[in-house]
Amino acid sequence: MHRLLTDRPGSQMLMLGNEAIVRGALEAGVAVATTYPGTPSSEVSLNCFQIARETDLYFQYSTNEKVAMEVAAAAANAGLRSLCVMKHVGLNVAADALMTLAYVGVSGAMVILTADDPAMFSSQNEQDNRYYAKLSGLPMLEPSSVAEARTMMVEAFALSERLGEPVLFRTTTRINHSTAPVPLGELPERRTRGDFQRDPFRYVTVPAVSRRLHVRLLENIARAAELSEASSLNSVTGNGAWGVICNGVSFGYVQDAVADLGLAHRVRILRIGFSHPLPEGRIVDFVAGCEKVLVVEEGEPYLEEGARAAAQAAGLTVAIRGKGPDLFSRLYELDPALVRRRLATYFGVPVPASTTVDTSDLPELPQRPPNLCAGCSHRATFYAVKKAVEGMETIFPTDIGCYTLGFLPPLSMGDFLICMGSSIGTACGFSKSTDKKVVAFIGDSTFFHSGIAGLVNAVFNNHDITVVILDNGTTAMTGHQPNPGVDMTALNLDGYGRVSIEAVVRALGVGHVSVIRPFKVQKSIEAIREAVAYKGVSVVISQELCALYAKSLKRKRGKPFQVSERCRNHRDCINQLGCPAFYLDGERVRIDADMCVGCAVCAQICPEHAIVPVREG
Amino acid sequence: METKRLIIVAVGGQGNLLASKVLGEAALAAGIPVRMSEIHGMAQRGGVVESSLVFGEAQSPIISDGEADAVVGFEPLETLRALTKCNRDTAVITNLAPLPPFTVAIGRGTYPDIGLIQEKIRSRVGRLISLDAVTLARSAGSVLAVNIVLLGALIRAEILPLTAEGVRDTIRHRTKAAFVEANLKAFDLGFAQAA
Ligand code: SF4
Ligand code: SF4
Repeated sequence: MHRLLTDRPGSQMLMLGNEAIVRGALEAGVAVATTYPGTPSSEVSLNCFQIARETDLYFQYSTNEKVAMEVAAAAANAGLRSLCVMKHVGLNVAADALMTLAYVGVSGAMVILTADDPAMFSSQNEQDNRYYAKLSGLPMLEPSSVAEARTMMVEAFALSERLGEPVLFRTTTRINHSTAPVPLGELPERRTRGDFQRDPFRYVTVPAVSRRLHVRLLENIARAAELSEASSLNSVTGNGAWGVICNGVSFGYVQDAVADLGLAHRVRILRIGFSHPLPEGRIVDFVAGCEKVLVVEEGEPYLEEGARAAAQAAGLTVAIRGKGPDLFSRLYELDPALVRRRLATYFGVPVPASTTVDTSDLPELPQRPPNLCAGCSHRATFYAVKKAVEGMETIFPTDIGCYTLGFLPPLSMGDFLICMGSSIGTACGFSKSTDKKVVAFIGDSTFFHSGIAGLVNAVFNNHDITVVILDNGTTAMTGHQPNPGVDMTALNLDGYGRVSIEAVVRALGVGHVSVIRPFKVQKSIEAIREAVAYKGVSVVISQELCALYAKSLKRKRGKPFQVSERCRNHRDCINQLGCPAFYLDGERVRIDADMCVGCAVCAQICPEHAIVPVREG
Repeated sequence: METKRLIIVAVGGQGNLLASKVLGEAALAAGIPVRMSEIHGMAQRGGVVESSLVFGEAQSPIISDGEADAVVGFEPLETLRALTKCNRDTAVITNLAPLPPFTVAIGRGTYPDIGLIQEKIRSRVGRLISLDAVTLARSAGSVLAVNIVLLGALIRAEILPLTAEGVRDTIRHRTKAAFVEANLKAFDLGFAQAA
C-alpha cells in the first residue's frame, strides 16, 4: 500500500512537503487530479499517479498545464473535488483557462497548486504568482510549513466549495522540497461520479453571459475578503510595538530571528496565510497598534503594497517597509540570517556579527555543473548536428528538458530559450530576420506540450528551419513521467493511447521528414545534412530511449567500452563529446566501466579507432 | 532543546537523501523536532545535492552561511565548497575519496590536492574528521554504504541529539532489508573510525 494511504489518524509521518500536499488533498476527498510535471511540484504528481493505481482517485498527466486545468475545471463543474498541479510558469500556460474559469466558478471544489521557485533552483524565472490571484480575483492560500501544507489543503477545498470558486494554493520550493513530521488525519471516501446540468447562460462565456459572471466574480471576491478577515490562517502572534508582516516560509525565518534576537516581548507578527483577498481590516488594526512595520516576503512587494494601501486608506502614517536597498531584495530567496540582520537593522537593535569563516584564500574550485548522463542520446544527436552543419553559420534555439544542458561546453548547442515550446516559434522568427541556418531542438514531451502549434505556424508561413525532435520516450528531466508519445505498455499500464510524433509531423505537411537513430553516428550526420539542405520546414526525429529511463526499466545495456593502447591522445572523445564516463588517469584517457552504458558513440568518433568494447574474461 | 544544524553535501547518486531520511526518522522516533530541506534539482545528472537538517525548536528548514554545527561531505571537493556554511566551531566530517567533476577531465579547472583540502578546512573550523568512506563501505560489504559510514562518524562526533542505538534502529527498520546487515556494519565502521 502507498504510504500516503496509511490510515492511522493522529500518528506522525515524515513527509516531503509535496507528500503533505497530497495527503491533505486525500483527506479532503479529492477525486480527480491533473498535472503537467514541473519542478518543484513533480512529486505531488508522482504520488497521485501511484495512488491512482491503488484507489479510485483519477489522475492524469495532461499534455500541458492549460489542458490539465481544463480537465480539472470540468470535473469540478460536475460537482467533484479536483486538484490541478503545476509549477509557477505552468500557470502562464494555463492562464487563459484560469482567468475565465474565475468568472464561471465551480460547483464542486477545485484547488490549483502553483509551486513557485524563488532563486530559480530549476526554473527559467522566479515570477511571483501571488499576482495571479490578484489578476484573476481568486482566493489564495499559502502554507508556512510542511505540516501546514496538509491542513491548509483541506481548508482550501472547503473554501473552494463554500465560494464556488477555484482556490490557488501557492507554495515555494522550500515548502515542496522540505521534509518534516506531519500528523495524519482521517481519510474520507471520495465521490468519483458527478453530474453536469446544462445551463448555457451560466456556463457559455459569450459577452452577454460574461458581463453577468464578472458581477458574480466581484461579489465572490467581496465574500472571500470577509472570509479572509475572519480566517485563522491570518493570525497575530506576540505583542510589542514593532510589527512584522510575513507569509510562507518567511514566517519561520521571522520567528527564529525574533527568538535569536531576544525580541519576543517587542515584536508582534502578522502571518498572512490567506493572501488574496488580503484581510485589510486586520492589517489596519495590526499596523495601527505598531510604531513601525517591516514586511518580510520573498519575491515581489505584494504584502507590502497591500498593507501600505490599506493603511493609507485608513489614514495611518505608520512606516511600512519591506523591499529596498537597505532591506530586502526582490531577487532570489530569503534565509534565516538575512532576516535576522534586517530585522535588527530596521528595529535598531545590535546586529549580530556574521559567523562565517574566511574563504578568500581558497584556490579556485572546479565547478560541478550537471551534465547529460553517460550514454545520453541527446549528446549523440547534438554531436551529429554539429558535424552536419560544420562550416555553416547557425542559430540553435533550444527548449526545456535535460537537453537544455547541451548549451554547456563541450557541446555548446543551444543559443536561445525563453519558455516551453519556444524553440520552434523563435526559430521561425530568427529564420525570417537573419541569414543564418536555424536549427531548433525540442524534446518529445515539450513538443506535445507546446511545440506542435509552432510547427503548424512554420509550415503555414513556410519558414526555412530545421526542427530536431529529441524523442527519448519519456519526460526525463522531471523524473521520467509519461507523455502522449510514450509506450505505456512498457510500464505495464493499459488503457492508454499513443501518439506517433512522426505521424503528427507528416500530417502537418512538413516538407522533409527523417527519423534517425542517434547512436548510428555517420548515418545520422548524413540524414541531418540532407535535412538542413532542404529549403523550407524539415524535421529530424531522433529516436533513442533516455539512458537513465532505460536503466530504470532494466533494459539490457551494451557492453562497456575501454580506451585501448591505440589511443594517441587527440582527446576528441573528451573535447567534442564529453561523456561523463571519461576521466583522465594522469595523461591517459580512460572510461569508467561502471558508468559507460555501451552506446558506442565515442568509438565511432575516435579517429584512431582506439575505443573498443571491453572483452569478456 | 538547543537547536543543532547539519548540512550534508554530496554528488548526485551518492545516497545522501537516504542519509537524511535515516536521521529524520531517527529524530521522529526519538521525539526530537526536525525539519529538513533538500535541493536536488538535477541530482541525477551529476550535480551537487545539498541537504539541511535542523534539529530542535527552530522553525526554519534551511541553514544560512556560517551557521552549521556540523557539515558532512560525501566528496572532499564538495566539503571544501561547503566551508561557506561553517563557523569556527563547526565539526566537519568528510569522505576522502574524490569524485573529480567532469570539468576537470575537460581541462576546465584542477582538482585541489586532498592534503590541501584537509588543511584548509582544519585550520578554520572546530574539528575535522576525515575518513576514506569508500574503502570502509567496501569492507562493510557494499560500496553503496558510503552514506551510512559517514552517518556513523557523524553520530560519534556527538553533535546531534541522536543516539547511536536510535540510528541503528532506524537503519534496521528503514533501509532495504537486503542491505541492513551491510549498513549496520558500515555504521559501526564509520563510528569506530571517528573516535
Ligand atoms: S535523464 Fe535521460 S535525457 Fe536526461 S540526461 Fe540522463 S539520459 Fe539524457
Ligand atoms: S560508449 Fe562511450 S560515449 Fe557511450 S557511454 Fe560509454 S564512454 Fe560514454
